[in-house]
Amino acid sequence: MLSRTASSLYWLGRYIERADFVARLVEATVRLDVLSPRPAGEAAWRSALRVTETDAAFEATGAGVSQQNVARFLITDSTHPGSIVRCLDMARNNARAVRTALTREAWTAVNCAWLIFDRHASAGGAQATLKLVETVQTEARGFEGAVHKMLRNQTTQFIRLGQAVERADNTARLLDVKYHLLLPEGERVGGVVDRDQWTTILQTVSAVTAYRWLYSEGLRPANVIDLLIARQELPRSLAASVEETVEILSLLAKRTGLHGEADRMARLRNTRMGKTRTGEVIVSGLHQYLRAFLAENDLLHAAIGRQFKFG
Amino acid sequence: MGIERAFDEIMGIGGGMVPRKELAPLGRWIEDTPPQELRRRQQSAEATFRQLGITFAVYGESDASERIIPFDIVPRIFLADEWQRLSEGLVQRVEAINAFLDDIYGARKILDAGVLPPDLIFGNAQFRPEIAGMRPPHGIWAHICGIDLVRTGPDDFFVLEDNARTPSGVSYMLENREAMLRLCPELFREFRVAAVDSYPDRLLETMKSVAPHGASNPVCVVLTPGHYNSAYYEHSFLADSMGIELVEAADLLVDDDVVWMRTIGGLVRVDVIYRRIDDDYLDPLVFRPDSALGVPGLIAAYAAGNVALLNAPGNGIADDKAIYSYMPDIVKFYSGGEAKLPNVETWRCREPQALRYVLDNLEQLVVKLVDGSGGYGMLVGPTASSREIEDFRAALIAQPERYIAQPTLALSTVPTLCDAGLAPRHVDFRPFVLTGSKGVQVVPGGLTRVALKEGSLVVNSSQGGGTKDSFVLMEGQAQRLEPGQMTQTMGTMTQGQGS
Repeated sequence: MLSRTASSLYWLGRYIERADFVARLVEATVRLDVLSPRPAGEAAWRSALRVTETDAAFEATGAGVSQQNVARFLITDSTHPGSIVRCLDMARNNARAVRTALTREAWTAVNCAWLIFDRHASAGGAQATLKLVETVQTEARGFEGAVHKMLRNQTTQFIRLGQAVERADNTARLLDVKYHLLLPEGERVGGVVDRDQWTTILQTVSAVTAYRWLYSEGLRPANVIDLLIARQELPRSLAASVEETVEILSLLAKRTGLHGEADRMARLRNTRMGKTRTGEVIVSGLHQYLRAFLAENDLLHAAIGRQFKFG
Repeated sequence: MGIERAFDEIMGIGGGMVPRKELAPLGRWIEDTPPQELRRRQQSAEATFRQLGITFAVYGESDASERIIPFDIVPRIFLADEWQRLSEGLVQRVEAINAFLDDIYGARKILDAGVLPPDLIFGNAQFRPEIAGMRPPHGIWAHICGIDLVRTGPDDFFVLEDNARTPSGVSYMLENREAMLRLCPELFREFRVAAVDSYPDRLLETMKSVAPHGASNPVCVVLTPGHYNSAYYEHSFLADSMGIELVEAADLLVDDDVVWMRTIGGLVRVDVIYRRIDDDYLDPLVFRPDSALGVPGLIAAYAAGNVALLNAPGNGIADDKAIYSYMPDIVKFYSGGEAKLPNVETWRCREPQALRYVLDNLEQLVVKLVDGSGGYGMLVGPTASSREIEDFRAALIAQPERYIAQPTLALSTVPTLCDAGLAPRHVDFRPFVLTGSKGVQVVPGGLTRVALKEGSLVVNSSQGGGTKDSFVLMEGQAQRLEPGQMTQTMGTMTQGQGS
């Protein structure tokens, strides 16, 4: 396989995953803003910006923090590299560059997701926003389904590798920001707004029901953190994402004979992950833990590029 | 020259609504299928094209950077004997093109014989002195040719243009057929249509057959300028259907006159390259030094006989519009016989007498830039405004050698779905001819382009033209078959599909 092809497939996986994540984040934020008994409003949208690390970029647009403005920024702003439309644009560019490696179904899913925005100038109000992000998620699911039905070869493995690396990154960011999200003045820890914010986290990673299955107690921040960091059963948890990168890298090694630094890093991280106790992490500093995790994820990303000569 | 006098591919001469007798089933199909139904199917085809991203980019239009080419659902049809005659002419012409290229970059016997004025070669921007003396593997230059044809009557086919560089459109031939099979399967029960889907296999066979000596299982690739190129869909489609890598220049490198591609497992040697990059951009060490699309050292590897390039660099001299007018003489010189496919009458404006005639008759002529393509830089006299005509007159007088002129022909028409229903629209045709070390073959089909505007003769996709499927009927096809004959026919059809 051409190195450029491998690189494009990996990035295709990352951008699709990122578009899907931003869509989920927006959806959860709309719910938090609109549906909670006392709207969390501005603070919710502020935190959405922080999760995607785009507060500064948003501020530079001069727009005020509101549902309409932030949603537009995160969804359809073509000048903002992290917006869904730009992620899909990049995903499609990468997919076009490797069309020969994709099935028609996989390509069509990416192309259709991109076409949606060809016809939408703005995200509009809450309802239109929800509809738009739901469509993005549907297309992303369609893409995953199509990839699942492709030959289980290097092509799909590079896509899945990109998805797994991106997913780990997204979950860590989400957890980091929401945990440190300041409660509005006068709100108490464990109060309605606090609860809503933890629910938002679960919604963003589609784990509301999963939480109920796994934890018999009511909503507790420590449990949510445990679920998102350490539970293998949740596909979006750090533990699951980390294990998946190990698996895919060894499948790739088996198929191509290529293994090296990236495999070693991924395995090491996986072993450490297995010994992680959530309680200890919280006591010794969740923020530091997550920051270290994100930095390590970037290192793994770079090692993957070197190992497969992404150039 | 109005539409009413043009020959219609389906209805014959006279412009009535009664089909030529061999094509009676198509007439029945048109009668039985209401226009709304045709339109519905056509829209469904176009929706699929958009979903699949079967698009082309229009340069200089940022708002509509990707368009689909309009697809028309009524096919144009060649009878078996028409196709037979056409094929013979095409084979003869492509053989002559190959002989000409081999000669002009080699011994130059044709110049010694005085058939062509030497300055037409040596003063031509399409002639590549850098290539002179090189010989491609197996001596084949034009592996993939697209010969643009027009028709004016039952037996009157003319070559409008030879494309011996990087002719495009073959993906439309294949996708249009796919669409027709899906949307109008009943037509394929009425007609035994030769299959076109073997094209990728034939192309790969052709590529492998011209591999440099010694490569037993040659590595073949398609080289594209990248996904911003207007024909990128076609490049990826071809690589995909041949099951070979689609590479960009950055994926290749030349070391010690050997071409390698960068893979995740390291470098892999490349033997055959179907390149869809123009000569100018192919190798910055030999051609344009500012090209970022090219592979430094590629021409040296080619000269060393280590890689085959399809089509060979330097081919532009064979399809240059100034050379075109000499093509009947070129065919005669190399084949020893008359050209079976005639040219359209052509005035070379570089010749003072011809220029005078052209200037006096601009209103009746089509004037083209010798190095123009895609319908740019041309004047269609009968439909041009007097302002356009005067602009062209000035341009002609200033640089006559840049232009040729041709009469406006009564191009044949095919019924085409328009706003008001079916109406005749002018068409041209591009068949694809493959030349490998084992011979020349014409794929039974091609790209029919149709001018969608009433009376228009401009079929280029960049000028708003559309495409149609082109049926080539197999031998023995006549009227609808009786039920008893059906089984046998179906049996043959299966065989035919695989050939």
